[in-house]
Amino acid sequence: MDRGLFNRVSEFEWRIEPVGAMRVPAVIYADEELIDGMDDKVYEQVTNVAMLPGIVRASYAMPDAHWGYGFPIGGVAAFDPEQGGVVSAGGVGFDISCGVRTMVTGLERQAIEPIRVKLADDLYRNVPVGIGSKGKIVLSEADMDAMLTGGAAWAVECGWGLEADLERIEERGTAKGAKPQFVSKNARKRQRKEMGTLGSGNHYLEVQEVADIYDAAAAEAFGLRRGEVVVTIHCGSRGLGHQIGTEFLREMAMSADAHGIDLPDRELACAPIGSELGQRYLGAMRAGINCALANREIISHLTRQVFARIAPQAELDLLFDVSHNTCKTETHPTNGKLQTLYVHRKGATRAFGPGHPSLPDALRPIGQPVLIGGSMGTMSYVLAGTDTSEAMSFSSACHGAGRKMSRHAAKKLWKGRQLVDELAERGIVIRSPSSRGVAEEAPGAYKDVTAVVDATEHAGLARKVARLLPVICIKG
Amino acid sequence: MGTSAGSDAAAPTIPTAHWEHFPHDADIGVRGIGPTLAEAFEQAALAMTAVITDLERVELRESVAISCEAPEPDLLFVDWLNALVLEMATQGLLFGAFHVEIRNHRLAATAQGEPVDPKRHEPCSEVKGATFTELAVEQRADGAWVAQCIVDV
Repeated sequence: MDRGLFNRVSEFEWRIEPVGAMRVPAVIYADEELIDGMDDKVYEQVTNVAMLPGIVRASYAMPDAHWGYGFPIGGVAAFDPEQGGVVSAGGVGFDISCGVRTMVTGLERQAIEPIRVKLADDLYRNVPVGIGSKGKIVLSEADMDAMLTGGAAWAVECGWGLEADLERIEERGTAKGAKPQFVSKNARKRQRKEMGTLGSGNHYLEVQEVADIYDAAAAEAFGLRRGEVVVTIHCGSRGLGHQIGTEFLREMAMSADAHGIDLPDRELACAPIGSELGQRYLGAMRAGINCALANREIISHLTRQVFARIAPQAELDLLFDVSHNTCKTETHPTNGKLQTLYVHRKGATRAFGPGHPSLPDALRPIGQPVLIGGSMGTMSYVLAGTDTSEAMSFSSACHGAGRKMSRHAAKKLWKGRQLVDELAERGIVIRSPSSRGVAEEAPGAYKDVTAVVDATEHAGLARKVARLLPVICIKG
Repeated sequence: MGTSAGSDAAAPTIPTAHWEHFPHDADIGVRGIGPTLAEAFEQAALAMTAVITDLERVELRESVAISCEAPEPDLLFVDWLNALVLEMATQGLLFGAFHVEIRNHRLAATAQGEPVDPKRHEPCSEVKGATFTELAVEQRADGAWVAQCIVDV
């Protein structure tokens, strides 16, 4: 994008003052290079969001922002129900509550060296991955309702997870206010056999080594030690979330006129928070969040089963679980008073700073862990929330590297088999059912996650704690 | 890019029915082109399967009937692709051939294919939904119909 389009407020803050139908400014956090590399669509989308009714403060985009559906991926926007604010299916995205969780193992990298290939093979066998894979759990209608209401807590009650995990998950593992009755038959049908499955595309399970520590005190509190191994899982609400997104996006787009909302782009489909449709979507979307939380909990359980068999000395403690496609009801100080707002984060991570009351005791002095997934074969980061991000972005930070090249182009440039061999030479074991899928997810097709994370830290949205390098990658 | 069989019947000035992919930052665009609206819909559905696997790997062993209805052709197109996504997801199928009829905002179609075989199909990205992004259904100046949108993978 042309830097001349922006009012540059600081080295990392690029502002667009309200013009035309914009109700608030738009703000992008990035360095010069990231701004130069961003698609013009980000400008269009971040300003479109600023036009929606009831938006508060500003429409924000994180350093990894790229062209999304209606909202940019990397977009953050909060709406006030008292000012006619809206909830937007486009602002949450299709893969509701897609997110990342990391578990620490306490194992040294050397300890897994002799069992690396076996570990990869067993994880690949035990965690269903890719198209056509089915979970071992088939839900009855009653189970489905309980899962959609209880989230990760439901999985723990069923024996697929640990009680101690719950305080390390946003909202203690259960999105309150879920209304399973608003989740359609088709959405349920898509999920019946998909519990505990990883999916495809950019979703993965990685065994990683803690390569660098940037903040010793935070790393200590997070249980991260250099040279030790962690397991990170990236996936979401599978077919159920997508079906909810698809159905409500259509309904919201069709009823925008009736709600008196002038949509600059149909994919910004939204409804007033207080409307019947808005409430119905919130109930279904929260059920979708619970589905994602339960799914990641079950995959953690399947991972623990494998470690218990071949590395029984490991204890896989959950460091944290973050969601990056959500709308959450949160309290934020605005104009000197606390306001209840509906905060949309689309490809953005909640990043509460130190002292936030929702954090468990062990993490509260440090701030919320913010888990940033990199591309296959590169690296990931663990960050911590800051005091400054509340005023900057309703306590939000980036979520990943973001693609710089289309799947189409990636497939032409790389061959899956060759990539797997190259990564193997660097000591990274890849397991995937699809060689073309590996090519489409080639590390070179993604932006430099380090540039995104550095810009996030320099802007003050979150601070770096540790860098993780992949050892094993199970790819959908 | 692929060319469908049996497209010789098209008027000589209109390009033969075919499909193509077009790029998007995170996902992928599917585009069907044909002498009629229905054929453009058929071709776009082929493009969608080609996101998942190579079309020639899909055998036509069973068929599924699909119907949908929408007030506008572009909404009907998204509904059509999403109906296929739902069938693929819930029945575990891949489709390699389509026959579509459209009358008065109503679509009636048959999709032919077979159950997913991960070894033989090596399915790549799962298509999880058709979106309104880059959505267009229109007749070009040369008479050909084009139906396109981005699909979420």
